[in-house]
Amino acid sequence: MTAPSAPRFVRLSETDRPAVAFTLDGRPATALRGDTLLVAVLHQARSLRASEFGDGMRAGFCLMGACQDCWMWTDAGDRVRACSTPVAEGMAVHTRPPRDDWGRMAQFSAQLQAQGEEGGAP
Amino acid sequence: MSDAPRIVVVGAGPAGVRASQALVEAGLRPIVIDEGLRDGGQIYRRQPDGFGRGYAKLYGSETAKAEALHRDFDALRAQVDYRPRTLAWNLSAGVLHVVQDGQAANLPFDALLVCSGATDRLMPVPGWNRAGCYSLGAAQIALKSQACAIGAQVVFLGSGPLLYLVASQYVAAGAKVAAVLDTAPERPSLAALSGLLARPRLALRGLGLIRGLRKAGVALRKAVVPVRIDGTPEAGVDAVVVRSAAGEERFACDAVGMGWHLRSEAQLADLGRCDFAFDAFSRQWLPAIDEDGRSSVPGIYLAGDGARILGADGAEAAGRLAALAALADLEHPGARARHAAEAPALRRTLRTMARFREGLAQAFPWPHAHAAGLPDETVVCRCEVITAGELRECVRGKDAHEVNRAKAFSRVGMGRCQGRYCGHAAAEIIAAAGDTPIEAVGRIRTQAPVKPLQMDVLQAEPDA
Repeated sequence: MTAPSAPRFVRLSETDRPAVAFTLDGRPATALRGDTLLVAVLHQARSLRASEFGDGMRAGFCLMGACQDCWMWTDAGDRVRACSTPVAEGMAVHTRPPRDDWGRMAQFSAQLQAQGEEGGAP
Repeated sequence: MSDAPRIVVVGAGPAGVRASQALVEAGLRPIVIDEGLRDGGQIYRRQPDGFGRGYAKLYGSETAKAEALHRDFDALRAQVDYRPRTLAWNLSAGVLHVVQDGQAANLPFDALLVCSGATDRLMPVPGWNRAGCYSLGAAQIALKSQACAIGAQVVFLGSGPLLYLVASQYVAAGAKVAAVLDTAPERPSLAALSGLLARPRLALRGLGLIRGLRKAGVALRKAVVPVRIDGTPEAGVDAVVVRSAAGEERFACDAVGMGWHLRSEAQLADLGRCDFAFDAFSRQWLPAIDEDGRSSVPGIYLAGDGARILGADGAEAAGRLAALAALADLEHPGARARHAAEAPALRRTLRTMARFREGLAQAFPWPHAHAAGLPDETVVCRCEVITAGELRECVRGKDAHEVNRAKAFSRVGMGRCQGRYCGHAAAEIIAAAGDTPIEAVGRIRTQAPVKPLQMDVLQAEPDA
């Protein structure tokens, strides 16, 4: 049935709003002014993020800021709740963390350990 | 004016708007906290600027009520301290803690009116964690507030009035509805019918929706047991499978809207240490309130779906009544007489709504027995992907017959939604696995913040 690359949401009306340019995983994309980020992304893609618990992709659930399923990453590494954030010109969002936080964590703990071995810890 | 009572209203839906209006009529200037970008709440949610659909198209049979609520709040705007995009994240003794656009504030109050609304009530179905599954409320928000459908071919699954309402709204807007699958029994009981007759016009409107869907060629099934939601981890859902007297049926789709009535957003009441009581009709814990909305804690009033799921009309009456009660309790000039004059009619309205609610809960029951039958591999907690089997293991292996103990062992209810979407089903699974009465399983204790916050907001919090 639906092609895996087809957008998930379907616009039924209100399509004559001005266009807003944003990027999704670094690729240019277009939304309409007044779209939430969630709606903007799901007109480009079939999901918003990869579940960090390994059960696949997620595309939001409640759309009213209660379930916290729709958090996406920004270029700066911050997170935004897509259902309650209006899309804005130039917004850059990612479906996966743009930085490897676990890698940084491993680096940090290695650093701590090295300090300990140098005699910093009693 | 400096000795005027400090009153905070949480929520700008039907209850919050009518509460604010009563306070302004009494010459006060309440602070109105609301998470939304605009007022109206979920049911009368306003579309963003730049959208052109008219009221009749957006609100159907409820057009006049939506229009009146929006118009009345617009008229109040200059007379209230309205704070949209603001989360009330904690409640300590006499102080509400809020954050707006990253800025924290502490609001001391003499009276707090919590009109926090409700979210969808969910029963897990194997596969409901796939992309493309949404709550019924979400399906309606996509349409009302964003003019889009959650998919090209949508199955609606669950029970309750919202199931048929949202499906009908999708058909009217030109979306393709593949099926409406209701877990309720084929025919309502006599007790259910007598409750529904408390609001005969509304009951008839519901029957009209069902007729309309049938006429539009939508497949309608009742008394179904959800079997699974098929699909792939990458592309999401591609079908819903249900079982009924007719056997197993599979409905191809690319989106599912699911839900079983609503559950109250009662976290602030809990943080404020209000008493709760178990409601046998809906099998959920609700904050204890008197007829006028007074909680067990002086100064805290609860109105609307956040206290009792009575719907929008009930919320308008409850919001006004709670505000009048608060003013009378504060001995605000003229408030006692006003309360005495208006309360009897408002209470009568609420009693009618309550009878109807009981009828609905019986005609479209929460399918609690399904929880016992969920396969062990069913994901219960969508936040952290924890299964029914893992939860049952905690009940049997770790003696976790109480929901907070089971939460500590399993993490079900500890994720980012804080049990909003798994809590009721988890309680039923624990009850069934341990052969414990549901009311003895208890309810998940609320922890602040009631929704995720940035750590630096807490650091910047001003002194109370």
